[in-house]
Amino acid sequence: MVDLAFLLVTFFMLTATPTEDTAVVVDTPSSISEKSLPDKGVLTITIDKDKRVFFSSDSQPVKLKALETVGAKYGQSFSDKEKKQFSLLPDFGLEAQQIKGFVNLPAEQRKAFKQPGIPTDSLNNQLAEWVMAARSANISVLNTAPYIAIKGDGLADVPTVKKVIKILQEKNLNRFYLVTDLETKPVASN
Amino acid sequence: MAEIQQKDSGGGKGGKKRAKKMSTKIDMTPMVDLAFLLLTFFMLTTTFAKPKVMQISMPVKPKPEDEQQELKASDAFTVLLGENNKLYYYEGLVSEKPQLQLSTYSADGIRQVLVNRRARRPSTVVLIKADDKANYKNMVDILDEMTITGQQKYALVDITKDDENLITTSGL
Repeated sequence: MVDLAFLLVTFFMLTATPTEDTAVVVDTPSSISEKSLPDKGVLTITIDKDKRVFFSSDSQPVKLKALETVGAKYGQSFSDKEKKQFSLLPDFGLEAQQIKGFVNLPAEQRKAFKQPGIPTDSLNNQLAEWVMAARSANISVLNTAPYIAIKGDGLADVPTVKKVIKILQEKNLNRFYLVTDLETKPVASN
Repeated sequence: MAEIQQKDSGGGKGGKKRAKKMSTKIDMTPMVDLAFLLLTFFMLTTTFAKPKVMQISMPVKPKPEDEQQELKASDAFTVLLGENNKLYYYEGLVSEKPQLQLSTYSADGIRQVLVNRRARRPSTVVLIKADDKANYKNMVDILDEMTITGQQKYALVDITKDDENLITTSGL
């Protein structure tokens, strides 16, 4: 019995992927699709039910590089410590100008801070900047173009989702994934 | 497991002290406790199911010189996603004043309609138009129905004023 217990401990330790403490929790709708999200090189755009848009990459170097590119564009410079801190964030929904202040907050305050979401309007389209910066960073770091996944809350409204899709289309990114939960496949009867 | 070690007493007559024989068994209780604690911890924190994804491909931005093909009215089938999880559909194009029908996302709602439609006309093109008041779940649901019914050609299209009028005037 003890042997078995240790076997299980080892098994769970090796397979465990710790659940990340993301800035926003979304309840994704379910679909019958059985395709899994790729393990590496995924850029996730999260849309919550309050029309906020969050962005994340699963690779820290990609986040670092993207931060440098976007920061330079909006006249923000970051110290190495701030960059490191930023790359540890699982996801973020901030304006480029807010990032510096946010990463310098202590951990508890950071958690309590309500992130406003990345601006997506045509005058201040920071989401497009992030996507393009992270995309080229992903290509240089991992040598592959990233998969782009949209993770929307079931109650997210259509205009926001459409706006995000339109932004991607304008950047000629026409193929992407919608993150869903698994639902058993029903039989289409005739 | 925790064994009680009995001191043997009374046997020795002469009072000559011998080295106490050490037991070769180790008390494993704490280790097993720890093992189970870890086991429980990892079992509870592991997320097994990786999220599933649905792939969608949007059309490439049309270039001005490209010729666009007109959709035949007889092939067109439009699904409108309304507010409060309502679902409408009509056959043909909106310019011909089609008959709007109400349906649902359930298995015997739009799925049956789509299956029947496809049996009648395999070249059907489904146009999905989501109203601004619909939610994202509706969008995923209807894309899912396309996969379930094996629809070959479908597209997410912006809703037009005419479509919105059609919903309001129909009173469904």
